[in-house]
This record gives sequence, structure tokens and C-alpha cells, in this order.
Amino acid sequence: MRYLPLTPEDRALMLARAGLGGVDDLFADVPAGKLLGDLPNLPPSKSEIEVERLMGRLAAKNVAAGAVPFFCGAGAYRHHVPASVDHLIQRSEFLTSYTPYQPEIAQGTLHYLFEFQTQVALITGMEVANASMYDGATAAAEAVLMAHRITRRKKAVLAGNLHPHYRDTIATLSRMAGDELVVAPPAPCGAERLAALIDDETSCVVVQTPDVFGHLHDLHTIAAAAHANGVLVVAVVTEAVSLGLVAPPGAMGADIVVAEGQSLGNGLNFGGPYVGLFATRQKFVRQMPGRLAGETVDADGRRGFVLTLSAREQHIRREKATSNICTNSGLCALAFTIHLTLLGETGLRRLAELNHAGAVELAERLAALPGVAVLNKTFFNEFTVKLPKPADAVVEALAARGVLGGVPFSRLDPGHPELADLLIVAVTETATAEDRGAFVAALTDVLAGGEGA
Amino acid sequence: MLNRQGRPTDVGEPVEAIPETFTGNRALIIEEPLIFESGRPEVTGVDLPEAPKVAHRLGGLVRSGPIGLPGLSEPEAMRHYVRLSQKNFGIDSGMFPLGSCTMKHNPRLGEKMARLAGFADIHPLQPLSTVPGALDLMERLAQALIELTGMAAVTLTPKAGAHGELCGMMAIKAALQARGEGHRTVVLVPNSAHGTNPATAALLGFQVSPLAARDDGTVDPADVLDQLTPDVAAIMLTNPNTCGLFERDVVRIAELIHQAGGLVYADGANFNAIVGKVRPGDLGVDAMHINLHKTFSTPHGGGGPGAGPVVLSEALAPFAPVPFLRREGGRLILVEHDFGEGVSPFGRMAAFHGQMGMFVRALAYILSHGADGLRQASEDAVLSANYIKASLADVMSLPFPDRPAMHEVLFDDSWLEDTGVTTLDVAKVLIDEGFHPMTVYFPLVVHGAMLIEPTESESKASLDLFIATMRDIAMSVRRGDIARFAGAPHFAPRRRLDETRAARTPVLRWTKPVAE
Repeated sequence: MRYLPLTPEDRALMLARAGLGGVDDLFADVPAGKLLGDLPNLPPSKSEIEVERLMGRLAAKNVAAGAVPFFCGAGAYRHHVPASVDHLIQRSEFLTSYTPYQPEIAQGTLHYLFEFQTQVALITGMEVANASMYDGATAAAEAVLMAHRITRRKKAVLAGNLHPHYRDTIATLSRMAGDELVVAPPAPCGAERLAALIDDETSCVVVQTPDVFGHLHDLHTIAAAAHANGVLVVAVVTEAVSLGLVAPPGAMGADIVVAEGQSLGNGLNFGGPYVGLFATRQKFVRQMPGRLAGETVDADGRRGFVLTLSAREQHIRREKATSNICTNSGLCALAFTIHLTLLGETGLRRLAELNHAGAVELAERLAALPGVAVLNKTFFNEFTVKLPKPADAVVEALAARGVLGGVPFSRLDPGHPELADLLIVAVTETATAEDRGAFVAALTDVLAGGEGA
Repeated sequence: MLNRQGRPTDVGEPVEAIPETFTGNRALIIEEPLIFESGRPEVTGVDLPEAPKVAHRLGGLVRSGPIGLPGLSEPEAMRHYVRLSQKNFGIDSGMFPLGSCTMKHNPRLGEKMARLAGFADIHPLQPLSTVPGALDLMERLAQALIELTGMAAVTLTPKAGAHGELCGMMAIKAALQARGEGHRTVVLVPNSAHGTNPATAALLGFQVSPLAARDDGTVDPADVLDQLTPDVAAIMLTNPNTCGLFERDVVRIAELIHQAGGLVYADGANFNAIVGKVRPGDLGVDAMHINLHKTFSTPHGGGGPGAGPVVLSEALAPFAPVPFLRREGGRLILVEHDFGEGVSPFGRMAAFHGQMGMFVRALAYILSHGADGLRQASEDAVLSANYIKASLADVMSLPFPDRPAMHEVLFDDSWLEDTGVTTLDVAKVLIDEGFHPMTVYFPLVVHGAMLIEPTESESKASLDLFIATMRDIAMSVRRGDIARFAGAPHFAPRRRLDETRAARTPVLRWTKPVAE
């Protein structure tokens, strides 16, 4: 077996040194009758070429986003990732290292995490950020728990236009932890009245901008209402590129900003691995979940970095920890920070402008189609159209025409039959003018009742 | 000696002290500034066209003012990150016997397969009719995990080990509630457990009841029985445990818990010892997470991403979270909402379906090894740990000498007593010697713990060098050669770092220096 260096001779010598008669002696503590003889349903070892053949066949059955005009978003976005990003994250010393518990030989990881934390704080408009969470949804759930700890209250209010999967992730944890939750109904036209749902038992109000339908929200009003009641504002961003062009939640009164960072540096990967961003105000830092890299000096007085404030964490505090998180998304955070470093201020803004311009152009063309209405007044690179037919059937018909044309709202939340005609359309820099034209043509055909519609 | 051009060809006179360099660099180890010190806002390493002018739809929410992000051109960025990488130790750099973390070789085939466009470039919400190969891959991985664990079902969605624990304990809570036994609020957790176990239980509102081990390092069924009140919901048992021992009474413990109406959660962090040798499903386990990044070697990536699928018993399978795979009339579907009769998912763990990129790598690993290779890997991992144990028993101290070690061997610091050398010192000397240190000060149940997990990836020559190094370190301790320890590491990119200062006045981000 190509991954195992020990030879039969080595094994015999080692067993002898260990004073053991045979391999079974190694497993002497396994209860009688529980040692397996065989694994009948697993095939024997395969060479690289055999594995590649099998996996290549499976991969070829899927329609890759890059092969077709592609407009799916709703929490995962297809952006171009520079070639150097993927090359760098495959450097052995990044790829095959562990959580930096021995800082003297992990300065590479700690240094980029410190830069990552700074970049996340800057783009979200917050003071501090952690070294990453699993994804945006789990970061949002952790933000709610953090707000509960800070306010010593147990009730969260969720905006109706929060991504339904984020809502469900938060709701699952809240229900299991015995906390209370108030969930507003979806408002596809964008206007929500959340202030009315806040009271003096509320710990936080969770709002998303751009929201799941693509609407942008000025958080000043809800933040004022929340803060007047001692309530924290948790802002959710699922498209990190929007922060290049849109006012950041931190500048609008958010107390905790969580985001999905997949858009920068990370591919679609059918949903994971992604990278959750988590930022807050300095005064709440000791209630934060997750790893934190911090600056210090070594014995020679040279600048260096360590994991710090670990008194919050499970490996020290056990049942009193702020979170149970251990492994996070280090390598995805590396991809994020490399991509953002390559973009820089100029590149991020330009990337965001390209996304917005493409979306504006497509929205205008779709709005001109008979029976189609764009629901958004404001949006970044994603908007919602109301169709004259159920959106899931339209999406299937578009796929049959070689266009992956967005995400039906009903795919995210089938609990609202009246919203089954809503289609969420995302436009990034990877969609060309021809792609957008192909989408318009295919949708026109599908809505006209073309074959397979 | 000079050659004809006047170039010296010998090494010159030996020097006593190593000189300081002008740059602070030391040949391959190059001091690297922060991007905020070297980058400039107007520089970009990505060429993008100017966006066409459109009537923007941002309302009044256009960002005002600069963000403050530095940019680097591509060559500058390459150097920055390559130089940072050179300050890291990875499995590919050398032996990484970090106990409980299973730092085994990461096959690059997994990296190549995960980057196939048909896996890497598919969206979690594109029509399921366009991703049959992805669902097929997930089912193959699920079947393999079920086969290897002997359990009834698996949920793939959790994103890391601790997330898997959360998932498994949620399933347990949901099952108890469904039985009308929500009064069960106590979870038994052995003192040797990973910190994630009590943290997870507490997160879900359970009360953690610590369980001490008996003298041989394993849990005594009699102690479990003592604490088995009617409000016990579950036990969280790591097997093999973090002392590197197989919980030999696990079957009896599981029986006791089940008889009392509780459930058994197994922390599968140490599954690498028993893959293909013992199936948790045969031991009475109800739920166990599997760290794909450990056992099935999807890389650790400097702290993630991981993946923590959870295998479930018949009792818990109906409560698995959405989404999950189901076969309907021969067709594989991903159930996201309408789960139908007979199942009652407790909810959702994350935004999408799980760590697909890790699933691809884990399946590539499993297929490459095959049944024979997986068994051999476990045997080699356990053999290597026992080889180290036998080779160091006379110079270090074993808190649990009598039982066979599993995939890792635990030493304590009684061999260092009254020498002035600590466990941390030993770890730092290992850095100088070119090894990643073992896990230190964990588990908490022994003093000055040193937990050594060689994994199956080390050659005998590599193990022998590690053993010889540890023996040499032990001789230094006996000789009282304190200088070797006091300043260590001497040769790493940094000497010991001031963690107290970092925690007392946390500096968690770069800020623009105030102009003098």
C-alpha cells in the first residue's frame, strides 16, 4: 500500500521490541468476539489510476457551473479565484499543518490569521474579528449565543428576510438550547417592521443585508430601536464581495457582523468547505467564540503571533467555554485573505462594481420580459424576480436548455406556497454578456411555453 | 585556497558566534512584514476591466471613504505567502506526533480529485438533476462509513469534530424528547475527554457530570453505575480514550446506560486506531462523529476545514438533520424539506449539505486503502505507538504501563521531577531537533502529559530517530544539561513567545501607527 512505509520485516522487529507475539496482542483490550475478521463490503486497495477513473466518472456526471451560463447564488457565489490562490494554499506547510498550538513553528499560520482578522474587521467596519468559523450560518448561530451571553437574555428576533437556511440553523440550536426565538415572515418586497418585535427581553435582532431576496438595508433605524432596549444587532452578510461597494454593517450600528466568506478565494464545492467570518466590537471580545491570533514578542523581543484569549475556549474552560468550536476553517481563511490581498482596496471595489453592473443590466432586461417583475428597488449582485410560473419548474426547464438560472425561493423555504413563483438571480463577474443574453433568451423561451417548459 | 578566478574553494576558518544580519533574515528564514506595512491601496494583483457605467441600485447605501485594504501585486503576494509558509511545520516537513490529532500523511490524490470541476465547481442549490455524480459520491462515502462503523445511518453535514458532537448530542436530545423523557438533563463525561465534549453538552443545556477513571486509565462500569441516576441522558465516551487506551468495558458500560434509558455518544476522534478492526456499532454506541480530517486524512489545513459526519444507531437515525440522502425507486435524492413519514429530523446544522470537498478526499483515501489497507493502517498506527512505548519506557514515565497502548501513548512528567525541566521544555527541545512536539498537558488527568501519536505514516527509520532523540533528551535531563532546555527553541523562526503579554493586552489586529 503506497501510503504505508512499514515493511513486513519492520513490523516483525517492532512487535518483538514491544514484546508482543502478534498483531492481535495489540488489540487485547477489545472485548471478546468484537474484533473484526473482515470487511466484506469494502473492495481492496486501488491504485491512483483506478481511483481517478472512478472519481472522474462521478465528476463528469455533474454540470459544472463554469460550463454553462450560471446565475445561482443564495448564499454561495461563483467568483473567479486567481490561480496563485490555489497554488499557495497547497503549499505543504500550510496544507499539512495543524492548529498553531506551537507558535514558534507556526508563525506562518498565525501571521496570516492576524492579517485575516484585520481584513475582516476592516471590510465589516468592526473593531475585531476572529480566526474564522465553519460557515456563515454557523457563525450566525454562534452570534446569537454570544448576544445571549452579553445581554443575559434568551430571546432572539430573526428578520424574515434572513436566508432560510441560516434561520433554520439558528432555530435548531436555539430550540435545542432551550432559548426563545421570534421569526418574522419573509417580506419579498424588502420592507420589514422588526422594531415592533423587539422588547426588553430580546437579546438580539438578526438582520441580513443584502438579504435573501437581494434587498439592501440601512441598519441605522433598527439599530437605534434595538440599542434603546439594550438589544444587540447581529448583521449577516452572505456575499462578502458586496462589502467592497456597500456601506458596511459596522458603520450602521451592528454589534456583531457575521458573514459567509466563500466568495473570496473559495470555490462553490457543492456547499463546503466555506469560511464563516465573525467580527464584533472590542468590548465584547472576551465573549467571542473561536480562535484568535494576537500579537506579542518572543524571548529576543522580536514581533510574533500566538493564539490568545484561550481562556474563552473549550480546551481550557470545558463546559464553561464560550463555544465548543475547535477546528475552524483555517485553509479557507487563507484562501480568503490571499484573494483579498491580491485584490486590495482597488481590486475589491472594482470587482464589486463589475458584479453590480452585471446585475443591474440583467435585472433591467428581465424586468422587460412579459409577465416578469423584478421585486427589488435596491440590490448588489442578486435580485428576485416574480415569474408567471412556479420557479422550480422554470429552473428545471432552464437547466434543460443549458442554463443554471438561479435559485427558486421555494428550494430554500417551501413553507410559503405564495412565494413559489419567486426566483433569486445572482450575477457575478464570471457571467459574461453572452451568458446573460443566453439566460434572457432561455427564460423567454421557457415562459413562452417552449418545449420542456 | 583560491581557484583561478580568485574564488575561495574551502570553508574558511570556523567562527565562534553566529553574527547578526543586517536584515534580520537568516538565509531561508526571511522576516516578513504585515501586508498592511508592505501593501498599498492602489496596487492590485488582479486585473479586472473597468465596470460599465450603470444607474446604480444601491439606494443610499454606497460605501463612503476608503476601507483601508492594502494590495499586493502577484509576485509580491507569492513571496509574502511563500515566506510565511516557510515558518510553518507541516506533516510534510517532518514527524508530527501530536497526540489525539492524527497527523498522518495527506495523499495529494485527494487534492487533485477535489479540484475536478464536477466537484469543485458545482453549486449547492443548482437543480439536483444536474448533480447526480455528487450525490452518488456522497452515498458511496456514507456506505463506506456505515460499513466501517457497523451503524445504521450516517449524517454527513457536520463541519468538524465538535460540530459532529453537537449534531450527535442534538439527535440524542431529540430522541429523548420524542420519548417524553426531556427530564434527562445529565451527561456523564470522563475527565480525560476532549474539552469539546463538556462544552458541547453544556451548549445544549445539559448538566455535565464528570467521571473519574480508575487506576488503569479506563472508565469503571461500577463508577458509571454509581452516577446512573434517572436523569442521565447520555454518556460521552471517547474510545480509544485520550490516554491512548481502549475502554475495555465499553460494552458493559453501554449496556448499563441503555438499561437505565440513556444513550451512548462516542467521540470518534481516535477512530484511527480501530478502523477495520472494531466497529463502534458492535459496542453499543448510539452516535459517533468521525473526523474525516484525522482518520481519513483530508488535510488539517492549519486548523481546518474539517468534516465531522456522525454515524447513528437505529434509535437515533430518524432524528438525523436535513439535508440527507434517500433512494427513491432506484434514484438518489437529497431530502431538504419534505422528509415524509417515519423520520423526524431535529433540524439543520449548517447552510448547505456539508463539506463536499472533504467528502471527495475522504472517499479517495478510503478507496485507495481499500479494506486491506485500512486495516493495515490501523495496525501500523497501533504498532508504532507500542514500539515507541516499549522503546522509551525505561527513560520516561508511563502512568498506565500495564495495558497495551492503542494509536497513541501517554507519558507523564514524573521522569522530570526535581530536574528543573518541564514538559513544555521537552516540547521546545523537540522543535530544535526538527520534530513537531507531541500533545502536551492533555489529557488533564495526568501531570505534565505528553501524548505521542506517531500514526501509520512514519517509517521505522523515522520512528527510530524520534526514539533516539527522546532518549538523548532524557540523558540530558539526567545529566542536568539545563541549557539545552532553558532557551529552547533556539533554531525556530521565533524563540518562545510571550503568551501572558498577548492575553493581558490583546492586540488582535493591525492598526495604523500614530505618526510621531
